Amino acid sequence: MKTYWKFAALIVLIVGTLVWLALGGINETKTYYKTIAELNRMPDAAGKRVRVAGDVDPGSITREGSVVKFRLKQDALMLSVIYSGSDPLPDTFRDGSQALADGKLGPDGVFQADKIQAKCASKYEAKPGMQPAQRRAGL
Amino acid sequence: MENLGALAILLAFCLSIYAVFGSLFGKWKRNPFLAVSARRAVYAVCALLTLASGILIYALLASDFRLAYVWQHSNRAMPVLYKFAAWWGGQEGSLLLWAWLLAAYSAIVIYTTRERFRDMMPYVIAILMTTEVFFIMLVGYVANPFQVLAVGRSIQALPDGNGLNPLLQYWTMAAHPPMLYLGYVGFTVPFAFAMASLITRQPGDAWIAETRRWTIITWLFQSAGILLGAGWAYAVLGWGGYWAWDPVENASLMPWITATAFLHSVMMQEKKGMMKVWNMVLISSTFFLCIFGTFLTRSGVVSSVHAFASGSIGKWFVVFLAIGIAGTAYLILDRLEYLKSEAQLDSIISRESSFLFNNLILLASCFAVLWGTLFPVLSEAVTGEKITVGAPFFNRVNIPIGIFLLLLTGVGPLIAWRRSSLDSLKRNFLHPAIAALVLMAALVAAGMRHFYALMTFGLSLFVLWTIAAEFYKGARAIRAKTGRSLLMAAVELTHRNTRRYGGYIVHMGVVLMFIGFAGAAFNLDTVMEVNPGGSFHLGRYDVKVVNLDSGENDNYSWNRAALEISSHGRKIDMLYPEHRVYKASRQPTSEVAIRRRLDQDLFTNFEGMSEDGQRAIIRAFVFPLVSWIWIGFWVLVGGSLICLIPAKTRLQYARTKVVGVAGQYETVHK
Repeated sequence: MKTYWKFAALIVLIVGTLVWLALGGINETKTYYKTIAELNRMPDAAGKRVRVAGDVDPGSITREGSVVKFRLKQDALMLSVIYSGSDPLPDTFRDGSQALADGKLGPDGVFQADKIQAKCASKYEAKPGMQPAQRRAGL
Repeated sequence: MENLGALAILLAFCLSIYAVFGSLFGKWKRNPFLAVSARRAVYAVCALLTLASGILIYALLASDFRLAYVWQHSNRAMPVLYKFAAWWGGQEGSLLLWAWLLAAYSAIVIYTTRERFRDMMPYVIAILMTTEVFFIMLVGYVANPFQVLAVGRSIQALPDGNGLNPLLQYWTMAAHPPMLYLGYVGFTVPFAFAMASLITRQPGDAWIAETRRWTIITWLFQSAGILLGAGWAYAVLGWGGYWAWDPVENASLMPWITATAFLHSVMMQEKKGMMKVWNMVLISSTFFLCIFGTFLTRSGVVSSVHAFASGSIGKWFVVFLAIGIAGTAYLILDRLEYLKSEAQLDSIISRESSFLFNNLILLASCFAVLWGTLFPVLSEAVTGEKITVGAPFFNRVNIPIGIFLLLLTGVGPLIAWRRSSLDSLKRNFLHPAIAALVLMAALVAAGMRHFYALMTFGLSLFVLWTIAAEFYKGARAIRAKTGRSLLMAAVELTHRNTRRYGGYIVHMGVVLMFIGFAGAAFNLDTVMEVNPGGSFHLGRYDVKVVNLDSGENDNYSWNRAALEISSHGRKIDMLYPEHRVYKASRQPTSEVAIRRRLDQDLFTNFEGMSEDGQRAIIRAFVFPLVSWIWIGFWVLVGGSLICLIPAKTRLQYARTKVVGVAGQYETVHK
């Protein structure tokens, strides 16, 4: 029986350490998914890590040194974003692509992003010019 | 042609349903003809799906743009290899690949076991074919690769296709999905055997012995798939990393972790008769995580950069998973008494205990990855807010786990079963432990302060030393007996017990990979806008932009920078990173240029031109030790292959076996 207690103690110790690490990790990196509309309504938005999704407003991308500015668009709403992260922007990031910006909303209403993800248009099975026939071949 | 393909899929669907019921009723009604016809139905399913795949491949190679799939995933200018790879470039085709692989695996299983496991096989077939029915249903009814583009009432071909995503036009990416699928699909086989052994209440571990090779091969494919994906991300994506804890990456990692745990814990069952329930749980989890992984990449449940288009396909997976998991859980719980442990844990310092902790830690890692991946879904369900966790979360949990695993890798194989004496511990571990401490002290003295990296380097030396010592001890004994050279003796030693020494080599590969991972603690990066002729400095390198060039071919147009690399004033290399824009998809991609060396890689990415069109934007990274990840991978492949070679001497394990019960024994002898 004594052996089993030793095992139990060790397991509790290991699992406890991992849970503690995990909780710390969650608190440090948790990011809220928001649409632009929700972000505008969020009362205590400043200071929280947020991930905003939207389409890159065509023609809005400008580079200044290593800083990239652009606007995200969702329906009629716009959000100005400044990206100054260390990772290169993904190849799929361009006018009109769907993008996710991670960062914090600044007091001036400009979103300070430190990470950008863009969904590849073609992998997203770009809408074909002609819709595939709804019927299957052979029927 | 496409009609024939669609028909083949339809027929395969019917035949796989027939195979399920044929083999079950053949067993229950004791009708051998029915059972044989069910087996033949499996071969027929395999042949039909081969035909369907062949037709799709032919359509891709012939650029038959009447088919929606061909139009969306290929174009005329694409090289033949990538036209072929477009088979798995999209949703429909990759599901067809899944179904075809499963059919091929099933046919192989049935052929190789045709004379054996008479009572178990009908259930194995039923389980394999139930999974097959599910996937063929998806290919046939939800995501049909033979859909034609139609305008009005006529079938019409388009002049040229959309093209395969240019990011996928790279050789490792052509090989990565099939490798991963060979792994994903392969776990269906050990799972089917495990369940069949539960259903038929088999005594003993026949299913483990029978599926050991399958499991290792499948595990190897999966490792290769994951590593090829990492290698592709490193060489193609241009963000300068190989792993981002993206949901899709995690989806491939999770079943790999449980499979690794399974490979280790079956040894406990084979040698000690312990952990039987646990093994059932592990192989089932692995199988369902494979299905879950396929689901995650397709359903759009969690947002990912890699995801296929989301659609209605997710709910089918949810139904399949729910039924499958419920059925499996019921089977295991109902047959618990057949899975009783035959031995007990005796001591914390024992082989058993090291296996136990290896499993605990691997499972904790898998759970953390699952938790992190599904966090947005879970948090939305609980609090109504969608919250995601980032890479730091995964690293924080998994780096300590990795380091603990590294320690176990060194310690586990060398401590005795049941309990270890202090004396034997000292004999085995004193020298490597001292060596590790000396190395760590030296690194600290040299100015290294990164705690995890120090631990990793120290433990890596510890493990490598213990493995080398094992080979040396065994080889020396053989040399003394036979007079061969030490190297030949080591080969002989490995051949005598391929499983054990192959396993050591796999461990060695893993250690080398860890050394590569630890290098990431010392990465450097910079981004510069440079005029032609200008230069910048990173690490020990000076990078000078010598020339900017541009041009185009059928497939893409390109901009290329010629970079002259020098170190300490001496010119050492030229790198040519390229920026391409593919014509069919109008998508830009970066062709990075990497100077790979054993101690560090210099990674350069030409990101494009600055606003005024005068300066080149060059991003450069220095990645210390990253090559060791790929080297470690090849060592791992070699070790796994050695494990598959039959050992020269068949080993007998000291283990009490229940041959029969007293009463039965008498009836036999009456």
